[in-house]
Amino acid sequence: MESVYLAIVLAPLLAAIVAGLFGRVIGRTGAHLLTIGAVALACALSLLVFKQQVIDGAEVFNQAIYTWAVIGDLRMEVGFLIDPLSALMMVVVTSVSLMVHIYTIGYMHDDPGYQRFFSYISLFTFAMLMLVMSNNFLQLFFGWEAVGLVSYLLIGFWYTRPTAIFANFKAFLVNRVGDFGFLLGIAVILMFTGSLDYYEVFERSEALRAATVEVLPGSAWSAITVACILLFIGAMGKSAQMPLHVWLPDSMEGPTPISALIHAATMVTAGIFMLARMSPLFEYSEVALSLVLVIGATTALLTGLLGIVQNDIKRVVAYSTLSQLGYMTVALGASAYAAGIFHLMTHAFFKALLFLAAGSVIVALHHEQDMRRMGGLRRYMPITYWTCLLGSLSLIGFPGFAGFFSKDGIIEAVSEATRPGAGLALFAVIAGVFITSLYSFRMFFLVFHGQERMDEETRSHAHESPWVITLPLVLLAIPSVLVGWWAVGPMLFGDFFGSTIFLLPENDVLGRVAEHYTSPLGFLLHGLGSVVPWLSLAGVATAWYLYLHRPDLPGLIQSRLAPVHGLLVNKYYFDAFNERVLARGSVGLGQGLWRFGDVKLIDGALVNGTARLVSWTAAVVRHLQSGYLYHYAFAMSIGLALVLGWILLRG
Amino acid sequence: MMPGILSTLIWLPVLGGLLLMLLARGGMASQGGAAPALPRLFALAVSLLVFALSLPLYFGFEQGTSQMQFVERLPWIERFGVEYFLGVDGFSMPLILLTTFLTPVIILAGWDVIRERAAGYFAAFLVLEGLMIGVFSALDAVLFYVFWEAMLIPMFIIIGIWGGPRRIYATLKFFLYTFFGSVFMLIALVWMYLQSGSWSILDFHALPIGLTEQVLIFLALLIAFAVKVPMWPVHTWLPDAHVEAPTGGSVVLAAILLKMGGYGFVRFSLPITPDASALLDTFVIALSLIAIVYIGFVALAQSDMKKLIAYSSIAHMGFVTLGFFIPWAIVANSGGTDGISLGIAGGMVQMISHGFVSGALFLCVGVMYDRVHSREIGAYGGVINTMPRFAAFMVLFALANAGLPGTSGFVGEFFVILASFKAGFWYAFLAATTLIIGAAYTLWLVKRVIFGAVANEQVAGLTDLSAREFLVLMLVAAGVLWIGLWPQPLTEVMMPTIENLVDHILQSKVPE
Repeated sequence: MESVYLAIVLAPLLAAIVAGLFGRVIGRTGAHLLTIGAVALACALSLLVFKQQVIDGAEVFNQAIYTWAVIGDLRMEVGFLIDPLSALMMVVVTSVSLMVHIYTIGYMHDDPGYQRFFSYISLFTFAMLMLVMSNNFLQLFFGWEAVGLVSYLLIGFWYTRPTAIFANFKAFLVNRVGDFGFLLGIAVILMFTGSLDYYEVFERSEALRAATVEVLPGSAWSAITVACILLFIGAMGKSAQMPLHVWLPDSMEGPTPISALIHAATMVTAGIFMLARMSPLFEYSEVALSLVLVIGATTALLTGLLGIVQNDIKRVVAYSTLSQLGYMTVALGASAYAAGIFHLMTHAFFKALLFLAAGSVIVALHHEQDMRRMGGLRRYMPITYWTCLLGSLSLIGFPGFAGFFSKDGIIEAVSEATRPGAGLALFAVIAGVFITSLYSFRMFFLVFHGQERMDEETRSHAHESPWVITLPLVLLAIPSVLVGWWAVGPMLFGDFFGSTIFLLPENDVLGRVAEHYTSPLGFLLHGLGSVVPWLSLAGVATAWYLYLHRPDLPGLIQSRLAPVHGLLVNKYYFDAFNERVLARGSVGLGQGLWRFGDVKLIDGALVNGTARLVSWTAAVVRHLQSGYLYHYAFAMSIGLALVLGWILLRG
Repeated sequence: MMPGILSTLIWLPVLGGLLLMLLARGGMASQGGAAPALPRLFALAVSLLVFALSLPLYFGFEQGTSQMQFVERLPWIERFGVEYFLGVDGFSMPLILLTTFLTPVIILAGWDVIRERAAGYFAAFLVLEGLMIGVFSALDAVLFYVFWEAMLIPMFIIIGIWGGPRRIYATLKFFLYTFFGSVFMLIALVWMYLQSGSWSILDFHALPIGLTEQVLIFLALLIAFAVKVPMWPVHTWLPDAHVEAPTGGSVVLAAILLKMGGYGFVRFSLPITPDASALLDTFVIALSLIAIVYIGFVALAQSDMKKLIAYSSIAHMGFVTLGFFIPWAIVANSGGTDGISLGIAGGMVQMISHGFVSGALFLCVGVMYDRVHSREIGAYGGVINTMPRFAAFMVLFALANAGLPGTSGFVGEFFVILASFKAGFWYAFLAATTLIIGAAYTLWLVKRVIFGAVANEQVAGLTDLSAREFLVLMLVAAGVLWIGLWPQPLTEVMMPTIENLVDHILQSKVPE
């Protein structure tokens, strides 16, 4: 099997290298055929692996591929851990990636960087696969930073745009704040378990639980709590949880296909995946899980609100992604890891679909992204319209759609949770339902219904996108609608994950939900009995009323609630704080340290005395006409001679 | 008698350089205009030959032992017991290979850039190469000292003749700092000779020394090596030297000369004065962390590309000294010795990696400087539009400088951060801030210089890399990626030496 796994990761890597280095030689068609072929191969093999792991119940594969370095007893290796969790992630990554590859043919059609783009997205696929298939922390960190690198390159793909190169710089730095925590978390784990291998670490988690770390003098914290919080800081960066969420909306400066692939479906869910993978550690830290729960709830609620005031179509979807990542984080914090992963999967499909649909609209309108200059597009682009509707319904958790099952799973699980923060989280995820459908259908109505607000020129060109764009939309719509029916039973309540996800009996919230579970239909009917689907419908109705029925009202509300609107438009002032205080403060600090510390204190006070000596030496040197080098050589020999002479006399 | 491999590596380039100088005097000198082809071809041939001859050091290196290898030992000044004593172990061998690998690269980098007194320029680099190899392979303290000091002469010449407008100031500052440091080292070496009756550094290692004397020796050596590394606060010569040095000078300075300090610590300070190191380790750790954090912020404030990279060098070298001086803190904090060798290995890998990465960044600045004649960040913007191939290299090296996994810049920092956690949470915390600060100053540089729209006419008129420049950057990139993707071939040759050093430093040298 090892060769199959290797083929899965190496095919996209090789395609990326060839398309990147020899793009001109193989041409545009060569580049997309090659990369699509490689990713299709990876996808097909991933499906095979999925079948073996999940349906045939094959043994878990856990093996090193090569030894990166050995320092004493510490072996650092690159290797694969293939179990149902990684198999599922491999399928999600490669299938969405394949769709995005095909879509890119249409979306990037006119771009001069066509081959480079295909090279990057194949490289991303490789890095993401290495991340999810890893069996150790070193490779996890490798993949973690590598996907960050490709994200950096792709956000800044249009490198002449000032906003794009600001956004990619920002994304890298904010992610580095997360990675800073992540790396320290790995250091805690290594210190107390002596290993970087997942299984060895899990086996030795006893040692982590027994140990303490003195973070502040005199206060010993449980090592496992410190480790989990630090790992979670890493997840907060990559999965854009508050307050490290600020990079994701800006990442929309990148081309839309990568917003779908990287900044919605796969990379940003790496943090969720990692926490689920680490369940054997997190389960032993109530404190860390509570923190996860609270951060997730805050993110789910507050970023959703921001989605309501956005006018850029991609930014609405971006804030929606933030909010849904918050939902997944809440699930993890409630110990419902399976529910988090389930939502990760459904979200990957419907969110990729929504982004690609948004991209289809953007292409049709000649790169117009402002929804205030859209409207009534239903008539021009029926496939985009219908697939976008299906995606939106899945996102808002419309009963029967995939998103319904996964979101309801989270809400049910949270309602069973008892740890500190659970009350807040339950409120956030329920209130979030209304907010989600409000911003989703605000966007949907503003784009596809109502008045046509674009100019005549744009309108005359508006048309449905070519098949390379609509085919992925249709293919993604299928799982967005249906996958819940198949997955809810095994993933939430069955033994899909087997021993991959570890649960303490007292934390088994999904087990408690499962007591009422009979079938997907039963789950659906049970859900209908709660307030959740009605909140969702209320959101749609509100959006319809405000944006189609009484389009004059939003402006009125906005002016009445100016302070609230200001707060939302300014994104709670996170960006302002980061730019004015943190960024400028750091540069200012650097200036201060340099001008005062280096120039004034060290050079001025310490070396200046010497500086006089310098000019004196220079004068002597000039006087001697011998050149300071000979002078120096002379001084050195004299010194040596004197010292040797001294030894001689003593000896 | 056939000279040994180490002697060949030392004296072949020295003699080659001297010969080149003589020939240049004899009529091969540049007549203005284009650089004459012969000196540079000669220099390249010699340096390539030296590189080829140095390969057996790696492939013939006996692994699994910490004994000195390729030893050559002849009496030299018998009256004082001075010997011509050479040999390498897992610390010095990789550094020698780094030197022999980078010298041809540096010669290629100066290929048609240096037009004034070109023969002298290439000759100086050849001589410098031999002397640097001498430092890394000398096992006799007098021999070491002679190489150590002599090595500075070609370096001064390189900055003093082919340097920028303030080259005299920079050279003198450099001179004062290093001279100041070396004097103390010499005194310490002499004292140890008087105690042991031998100049052999290996005998110094076995010498029992009282604690007070150890502290004095330790401080004397610390001054010498700290200046070279350079450590805060004796670092201010470096930015000036870099700014004034020609590209090749900057590369050799950053890539190899700075390693002398780090090498000095593992060759002298740690094994000779372990008790004093244990006593004063917190002090050195503090200086290292200041280098990482403080200097990182200072780098953020620079507007001159060379200064920025120079400060970045100092910050990265902080990991070397941190890795070397955490052993006792690890023992104190964790009660065990796990992680000590990880820290020292981290410091060593960081030295090699820094040789590639900082060297490469200076080469990149050189490529731009040769075209635009400015080092100011503000003079650039959108270079990627006119030099896409160059931009790809620059981004790669910048990411390596920011410690991206898969590049060499990650490996050493990763090891040292993991190890320093065992010494204490805050050590690792402060060290790991490099992930943020290092990325900030490096990628901000890239954002302002490489990305963006074409900033001005000079950028608009840039031509992309020539085949020669491409080759130069390609060679270094190969090194950066190799160590990043598979450091094992490097770490495995170091490990026995590191393990031996760890055993050494954990035993007291204070006589009963």
